[in-house]
Amino acid sequence: MTSRSARSRYPLWFLLPGGGLLVLLFVVPTATSFYFSLTRWTLFDSTFIGLENYVTFFQDPQLFGSFVHTLVYAVITSVGKVVAGLALAILLNGRIIARGYLRAVVFFPVLVSAVGVGITFKVLFDPFDGLINRALGVVGVDGPGWLTNPDLALASVAMVDIWKGVGVSTLIFMAGLVAIPRDYYESAHIDGGTDWQLFRFITLPLVGPATMTVVILNVISGLRSFELIWTMTGGGPGFTSDVLASVIYKKYQAGLYGLSTAGNVVMFVVVAAITIPLYRWFRRREVAQ
Amino acid sequence: MRSHSHIVRGLVALAVSTIVFLVPFAFIVLTASKTSAEASRFEFSWPGDFVLLQNIAEVFKVRDFVIVRAFINSTTLTVSSVVVMVVLAAMMGYVVQRRTGLFTNAARMLVLAALIVPSAVVPTIWVLQALGLYKQMLGMILIEVTGGLPFCVLLCSAFVATIPRELDEAAALDGAGPLRVFFGVILPLLRPVVVTMVVVQSVAVFNDFTGPLYFLPGDENATVQATLFNFQSQTLSQWNLLFADILLITVPPLVLYLFFNRQIVEGMVNGAVKG
Repeated sequence: MTSRSARSRYPLWFLLPGGGLLVLLFVVPTATSFYFSLTRWTLFDSTFIGLENYVTFFQDPQLFGSFVHTLVYAVITSVGKVVAGLALAILLNGRIIARGYLRAVVFFPVLVSAVGVGITFKVLFDPFDGLINRALGVVGVDGPGWLTNPDLALASVAMVDIWKGVGVSTLIFMAGLVAIPRDYYESAHIDGGTDWQLFRFITLPLVGPATMTVVILNVISGLRSFELIWTMTGGGPGFTSDVLASVIYKKYQAGLYGLSTAGNVVMFVVVAAITIPLYRWFRRREVAQ
Repeated sequence: MRSHSHIVRGLVALAVSTIVFLVPFAFIVLTASKTSAEASRFEFSWPGDFVLLQNIAEVFKVRDFVIVRAFINSTTLTVSSVVVMVVLAAMMGYVVQRRTGLFTNAARMLVLAALIVPSAVVPTIWVLQALGLYKQMLGMILIEVTGGLPFCVLLCSAFVATIPRELDEAAALDGAGPLRVFFGVILPLLRPVVVTMVVVQSVAVFNDFTGPLYFLPGDENATVQATLFNFQSQTLSQWNLLFADILLITVPPLVLYLFFNRQIVEGMVNGAVKG
């Protein structure tokens, strides 16, 4: 009897509006994308062509390149945000002057749109007149063409991505650091532990859950990133900074909807194939500790 | 001796972070305040003529006040999608947390999957077209709601877990129906997490460029991010106007941040740690 009244207190229809939207605009497109990726598609009708789109995807060096660039980009940005985020979090959690100011400053770029950041850094990265190469010129260094050098463009955008996003990682690490009991540090300090030992044997292991969150969050967003790359390089020079998301857009613009959707399916598979094992690995390590 | 090294470390941190994080902002403001000729030299310098207000006025006039229309569109999109998102997420988070069973488990799985898997672009256009919502503001609103929902549901269900069940039971014993219990008792208690969701999601929707690029194309429907991207190719020689535009559209998120700074911080951390 009680269970009946308890059930009606939390009616299932509360799940309907939100769940309905998720089914309509997430499940349906995702499920149908597997079929449409096997077709030549004009939105009005589709012709089944088997695996042709995937063959194109993995044989075309430009398209396959975008697949590799996506992985490289996700790795650079994730590692960068973990290292810089942890360093900044340790700095900001310590006793330091102007802490409030520093916190605000690190978080500022998170609020600016990717398009705004991209345009600004395009100007700052200008090979001749840009502020960065001017500053390097003052100390006698001949700055490279950050966005015009094919070997450098992807890494340059990744650096800007780290700059823009590190504030969120810093916050998560700060929350993780606060949870570590202070006595651990005090007793280790009394036992004569050096700063490095304290970091290596207390901070690093105990900040694990925060690290997992930061890594997984950044891997997911790194694998699907589009706006910064599109604003700063448009995938160029040539196709040297094209990633999956920019290829999906270019193929969509060209009206190759089947191929574009195949790019989407490749992206799902990559995201799932990386995040799920990564999550399991972190969880196992946590249990082991 | 220790405090001495603290001060040195602090000053170094202050200097480095100011250069790395603040100089790009200063550059935006300075360039936005220069004349067209001076701005195109890309120098980091104080403007010879300080013409920020004139530049902003100029930005408004570009292409028949397109920026005004864009601000109206972006505001409509942001406000409507965030309101709907928050209410739907709170309802879902509440029931998912309180009930167990086949449907609630399925809902939980659905939310997690949607959080991780990026959406398929062209199939979404296809669905919108079938519903008659492609290139429509309503369609774009629903897309933004769906995009932000998973994160908000997790945030809400984590928060509902901290509200004692006795509270809804007592309200129900007093004869309140489920809607009354939810809107009268639970939703007011969710206030802190609601503030977080509103701020974080408003910034996200307002700054979204990809969504409108795919699902709301067309000059009539331009959002502020779209105008910025278009200005970039159209006003090539007028860097001062481009940067004045960047400045202009960064103001709303910045103001939100200044008002709700603490909530954003807590919300991001909570959401991220739980998600």
